[in-house]
Amino acid sequence: METICIVCPIGCRLTITKDTTSPDGYLVSGNQCKRGERYGILEMTNPTRVITSTVKINKAHLKRLPVKTNGAIPKDMNFKCMELINSLEIEAPIKVGQVIIKNILDTGIDLVASRSMD
Amino acid sequence: MGRCIEVDLCGFFIANSLLVVIWYLQKGGVCMYDVAIIGAGVIGAFIARELSRYELKIALIDKDNDVSNGASKANSAIIHAGYDAKPGTNMAKFNSLGNPMFDKICQELDVEIDRIGSFVIGFDDADMETIEGLYKRGIENSIEGLEIIDGDKVREMEPNLNDTIKGALYAPTCGILSPWELTIALAENAADNGVEILLNNEVEDIKKRDLAYKIITNKREIDSKYVINCAGVYADKINNMVSNESFEITPRKGQYFVLDKSVGDFVDTVIFQCPLNVGKGVIIVPTIHGNLLVGPDAEDIEEKDNTATSAEGLEYIKEVARRSAATVPVNKVITTYSGLRAEVSTGDFVIGEARDAKGFINVAGIKSPGLSSSPAIAEYVVDIMKDIRGELIEKDKFNPRRRRVLRFDKLSDEEKTDLIKKDPRFGRIICRCESVTEGEIVDIINRNAGATTVDGVKRRARPGTGRCQGGFCGPRVAEILARELNKDIAEIVKDNEGSYILTGKTSKGE
Amino acid sequence: MDYDIVIIGGGPAGLAAAVEAKKSRVDNILIIERDRELGGILQQCIHNGFGLHEFKEELTGPEYAERFIDQVKELQIEYKLDTMVLNISEDKIISAVNSEDGLINIKAKSIILSMGCRERTRGAINIPGTRPSGIFTAGTAQRYINMEGYMVGKKIFILGSGDIGLIMARRLTLEGAQVMGVAELLPYSGGLTRNITQCLHDYNIPLLLSHTIIRIDGRDRIQGIELSEVDENRRPIPGTEKYYECDTLLLSVGLIPENELSKSANLKLDNITGGPIVNESMETSREGIFACGNVVHVHDLVDYVSEEGRRAGKNAAKYVLEGFSNSERTIQTKSGKGIRYIVPQQIRLENLDNSITLFMRSDDVYSDLIINVKLGQEVIKRIKKRTLTPGEMERVNIDINLLKGTARETLVVEIEKEGQ
Repeated sequence: METICIVCPIGCRLTITKDTTSPDGYLVSGNQCKRGERYGILEMTNPTRVITSTVKINKAHLKRLPVKTNGAIPKDMNFKCMELINSLEIEAPIKVGQVIIKNILDTGIDLVASRSMD
Repeated sequence: MGRCIEVDLCGFFIANSLLVVIWYLQKGGVCMYDVAIIGAGVIGAFIARELSRYELKIALIDKDNDVSNGASKANSAIIHAGYDAKPGTNMAKFNSLGNPMFDKICQELDVEIDRIGSFVIGFDDADMETIEGLYKRGIENSIEGLEIIDGDKVREMEPNLNDTIKGALYAPTCGILSPWELTIALAENAADNGVEILLNNEVEDIKKRDLAYKIITNKREIDSKYVINCAGVYADKINNMVSNESFEITPRKGQYFVLDKSVGDFVDTVIFQCPLNVGKGVIIVPTIHGNLLVGPDAEDIEEKDNTATSAEGLEYIKEVARRSAATVPVNKVITTYSGLRAEVSTGDFVIGEARDAKGFINVAGIKSPGLSSSPAIAEYVVDIMKDIRGELIEKDKFNPRRRRVLRFDKLSDEEKTDLIKKDPRFGRIICRCESVTEGEIVDIINRNAGATTVDGVKRRARPGTGRCQGGFCGPRVAEILARELNKDIAEIVKDNEGSYILTGKTSKGE
Repeated sequence: MDYDIVIIGGGPAGLAAAVEAKKSRVDNILIIERDRELGGILQQCIHNGFGLHEFKEELTGPEYAERFIDQVKELQIEYKLDTMVLNISEDKIISAVNSEDGLINIKAKSIILSMGCRERTRGAINIPGTRPSGIFTAGTAQRYINMEGYMVGKKIFILGSGDIGLIMARRLTLEGAQVMGVAELLPYSGGLTRNITQCLHDYNIPLLLSHTIIRIDGRDRIQGIELSEVDENRRPIPGTEKYYECDTLLLSVGLIPENELSKSANLKLDNITGGPIVNESMETSREGIFACGNVVHVHDLVDYVSEEGRRAGKNAAKYVLEGFSNSERTIQTKSGKGIRYIVPQQIRLENLDNSITLFMRSDDVYSDLIINVKLGQEVIKRIKKRTLTPGEMERVNIDINLLKGTARETLVVEIEKEGQ
C-alpha cells in the first residue's frame, strides 16, 4: 500500500508491503524516521488517529474548551468519540493538560484539555 | 376561552360572535388604514415620509425582511443632472425637479451626498453629435451648468481616461449618494412620524370594497382607503389586481463591479459613455463611501427575482468600461452585484390614479432616472392625494429630521474620546476594514426601521462592505444582533427569512 | 503614552517578538491586540501539528499559544486587549482605540508589525451567481465552530485545497456534516500532504484538482454550485460542468497579509508577497519599524513564525539599545527562475551573525531539482531536492563567508532541473 505519513508535517511517501519475515508482518519504506515506520505498520494492522475537538464549558470567559485525545485512538472509533465529546459539559477553571475523560471509550487514551481557562 | 359557556340559544349566538371576532382578529384584519403603500423601496419610502406630514394612518408594506431590498439597493447610486430624458416626459420633468431637491432632504435625513459632476464621453464625430443633442435636450429640460468640452480638457480633469476621447458633455449638478442609506433614512423618518412598516408581507391579491381596498398578503389582510403601488418590478402584477388598464414591466438586469477603496480615486467624476442602444452604457463612478463602481450591462430577463450575476455579463462590462479607461482596475474587485430595472411597456413613468380604480395610485416603471426623480415624484403623489381626498391636514408634530447617524470614523479625535467616555461601546471596533464600532451598530439596530439582519447592519453601518467582506466582523455582528434582539445567534439571518447562517449548536442534546 | 517597543498583534509572531525583546533587555514593551485574548488565530486552530520544531512536541494551536502567553505573563510584558490600532504615522506614533482608554496615541521608539493576514473572499475571486447566505471563508467557519460552538451547515462543498480548507473538511465531517468534495483550481493541492491523507482520504472526501466553481445558486441560502474542470490556463472547459447540491460553501482560496497599517506608515511593500520589504533583521523600509509573521509573507508552520518573531524582537531591542551601524554593504535578494519570492528582500552583511536563512516559495511543482544560489554570476550554493511545491515554504541557509569577498550586490535564487 502507498500512503502519506501523517506523523509530522514532512509527509513522507510510504510504501508498505506484506513481509512474513519481519516481526510485525509488514515492511515499510520511504520513511525518514522510526516514528514513520511505526505509523506505516499501524496503518495496516490498527490504524489510529488523534481526535481534536471542543467541549462546552461553563463559568469561563469563553464558551468552548478545546480538547484532544493525548494519543491516537482506533480510527473506527472517531465518530463515537465525537458523540461522547459533544455530550460533555464542564466547568472552569481548567488547566492545560487536565484530564477531562480518563481512558476514553476504553482505549487507554485520555481526553485532555488543550488550553487553560479560568 | 377557558370558561364554561351556557348552552342556551342566547349564549350560543354570543359564543359564535365571539368566535368570529376572535377569528377575525387573529387574521389581523381589522386595522383600517388611510393609505397603504406597497413597496418599501426609495419611492415607497419617500412617499410614506412625505405623507407622514399629514394626519393619515399609513402602512408601508414590503414582501422582504427589510426596506430597500429591491432595485433601491442595487443601482448606480447617481443623482442624474437630467439632460438625458426626452423633454415632455415624466422622466424629464421629475428628474429636473428632483435633482436640486436633494440637498435639503439629505441634510434633514443626515444622508451624505456629493455633487461630483459627470461626463458623457464621445469618441468620434457621431458621438459628438449625440452629445450636442443631449446638450440641447438638457437646455430644454432646464438643466443648469451644462458644458461641452474637448478631449484634452476631459483628460486634464480626469487623467486616467483614454486618449481616444474626443470630447464630453459636462454636467456639474450630477451627484452621488448611497441609495439604500437614503431609503432607510426615509423609512426611519416615516416611522418616527407614525408610519407603520409591515415587512415580510407579500401582496397576493387586492379586492375592491365599498369603502376601502382589502389587501391580502401571505401573512394578513390590510384594509386601506387608498393604495399606492410602488412595487418596482412587480408593479404590473399589483396594478392588474385592481385595474384593467394594464401595463407590463420587464425586468432588465444590470450587473456591477465594486472596486476596493484603494482605487476609489481612479476618477473623481461620474463617467458615462455616449448612449448606446440600451441604457446609458457602462459607467465608471466613485461611490459616496470611497469605492469605485463599474457597470451596468443591460439584459432583459423573465424572472422578476433573478439577481444572479453572470460571467458573461461581468466580462462584457470589463470590455466596455475599458473604452472609457483602458486601465480601469477591475482586478481590485471586492464584490459584484446586480439589480433589476423596472422597464415599463409605456416607456415612461406611470404616475397617477388608475382610471377604473378610484383611490389606487400607480407609481410604476420607476427605472433610471427614478432615484434622481424620487423627491419630486413623492411631492407629486402627495398632490394627487390632496386632489383625490380634497384636503390633507398637516400634523403639528411632524419632525423632518432624522436623529444624527454617528460615523465614528469621521469624528475628530476629541469627538471620538468624548463619545467613548459616554458609551464605551464606541471604543470597540467591530469592522476593521471600515472602522465601525459596536456603539454604531447597536444604535442602528435600535432605531425605527432598524437593522434586524446581518445585511441590514451592513447597509446601515457598513460592516461587511470592506475588503474582508464580513470575514472578520460577521460573527461579531451576528453576536450583537442576537444580544440586542434577544435571540439565539442561530436565529440571526443574513437577509430574508430563509437566509439562516448557522444550523445549530455542535453539542447535541442542547 | 511612551514605550520602547510596541508590538501590533498578539498572535504567535508578536508573542515571540515580545518575549525575545524582553529577554534582550528592553523593559518598556507593549503588545496591542484587537481580540479579547492573546494568541491570535492559534486559539481557533484546535487541531494538532504545531510545535514539532519549536518544542519537539506535537501541540494544538491553543497549546502552542499558551506556551508563549505564559512566558509573556511570567516576564510581565504589558498588553492591551480589545484594542484596535487605527493608524501608524511615519514618525512612529500609533493611534489606537478601546473601550477603557478611549482614543490613545502611543509614542514608540520602535514598532513591530505582526498583524497577520486576512482571507481572500468570494468577491475578490469573482464567482458569479446569486449572493445567498451559507458562504463562508474557512477561517470564519472555523471561528463559529471552534469558538462559538455552532455548526455552519449540513451539506458542504469546499473550494480550495489549502490547509485551512482541508482541516475544515475533517472538522465538519467529525461534527456530523457531509462534505461533498474539495475543489482546487490548480493541478496540485496547496496544503501539506499529510493533510490530504488525514483530512480527505480518511473520510473518503474527493479532491477535485483542476476544477473551479463557475456559479453559485440559491436565493436566500445557497442551494448548489456549478463546478467546471479547467485547462492549463485555468479557464473553464465547456462541457465539463457538473452541479452539486449543497447548503454551504467554504472558501479556502488564499491568505492576504494584512498591511493597511503598513500603508498608513508609508512602508515599501513587496507586491508579490503583499507584505513590507524587510532586511535580515526584519526591519522594514522605515528605520525602527520591524515586521514578522504572516504580515510579511504567509507561512505554513507556526514554528517558523516564532523564529521570525524572535528575530524581529531581538533586532528591535538592538535598535532601541544600540542602533544599527551604517550599512557598508547591502545585498538585494532576487527571485530567479522557478522562485516566486524570497524573504528577506535585503541583507546587510554587518548585521549578520554567521549565517542568513532565506525563506522562499517556488512558483510551481518541481521534482528532482537543484536550487541554485548565485551571487552575481557565481553559484555559491547548490541544493538538491526531490520535490518543491508552492504550498511548502523552503528555507535555505547561507553561511556568511559565502557572501563576503566579492563586491556583488544581488543574490539570486533559481531552480535548475537535474540534467539541465
